[in-house]
Amino acid sequence: MRVTLNGAPVETSAGTLFELRDELMPGRDVAVLNGFQAAADRPLSEGDCVHLGKKGELPSREELESLMSARHSPRVHGAVKGSVVGIAGLGGLGSNIAAALARLGVGRLVVADFDVVEPTNLNRQNYFVSHLGMAKTDATVEILRGVNPFVEVEAHAVRVSPGNAAEIFGGCDVVCEAFDSATEKAMLANALMEGLPGVPLVCGSGLAGYGDSNEIRTERRMGGLYLCGDGESAAGEGSGLMSPRVCICAGHMANAVLRILMGVE
Amino acid sequence: MMINGRELRLSGPRALSEILEGEGYSQDRVAVEMNGSVVPRRAYRETSVSDADRLEIVGFVGGG
Repeated sequence: MRVTLNGAPVETSAGTLFELRDELMPGRDVAVLNGFQAAADRPLSEGDCVHLGKKGELPSREELESLMSARHSPRVHGAVKGSVVGIAGLGGLGSNIAAALARLGVGRLVVADFDVVEPTNLNRQNYFVSHLGMAKTDATVEILRGVNPFVEVEAHAVRVSPGNAAEIFGGCDVVCEAFDSATEKAMLANALMEGLPGVPLVCGSGLAGYGDSNEIRTERRMGGLYLCGDGESAAGEGSGLMSPRVCICAGHMANAVLRILMGVE
Repeated sequence: MMINGRELRLSGPRALSEILEGEGYSQDRVAVEMNGSVVPRRAYRETSVSDADRLEIVGFVGGG
């Protein structure tokens, strides 16, 4: 029968997953059958998609692509791999969105932030002690390389302004607004809706404190503006930004990006 | 007129900047669409809104 093994079509007489492994890739100890990791042997059917890997080893680019494709389905992988996503701001929202999109296998990320990693960031932003003092753009490039070495990252260590926003994010299929201050959020929304009309914009607003998780939602507003958050919980004294709700909102934003790329929004 | 799907009766045409203020929005924390088109921020004062218009206002709060 014909199956796909690590991205390539193969003809095999093997009747099961482990027979296929022993026949063509002995020694591989991770088996993924049709997107799901198989702990025990399974019968094979015509057209199955198999990935065989080795624990603790970085697969080649082609093998990783095939693994992502098997994990996420060829349709999702094909759509995200060919896409370009912008992230304005690499704080609590942006650093977590960037990691999620790199794990998803988005082909190219355009990220912008002017700041450095500081100790107050560690409660919610996706950086480590080893990054303290580094430009957030440099730290993000390092972290994303560690998550998915084959994602291209274009980093801009500048303050995004009405004058440069359209230039930085021109060519993106979707842009995420991930700034901290309300006026900067509005500045970017206005600059991009005017400068890059037709490019969907995913914004975050209302994610401070420890209010009900389920009040954080994604709403499509206007033509192409998606607003994630509870819309109300501003950061301020007595209502700090904490990892759980920041990550919930970042997850909303990353999934909004995925849904836009998949054409369901 | 309609604001974010809610009806608001106007006694006559009013500047968009006045409507924003009346609804409790800060002009530097919003994005506004009128009848499906984005209104540039510099035009809030000179944009006249009347009963037939439809406004979509997104207000932002801080934190990210």
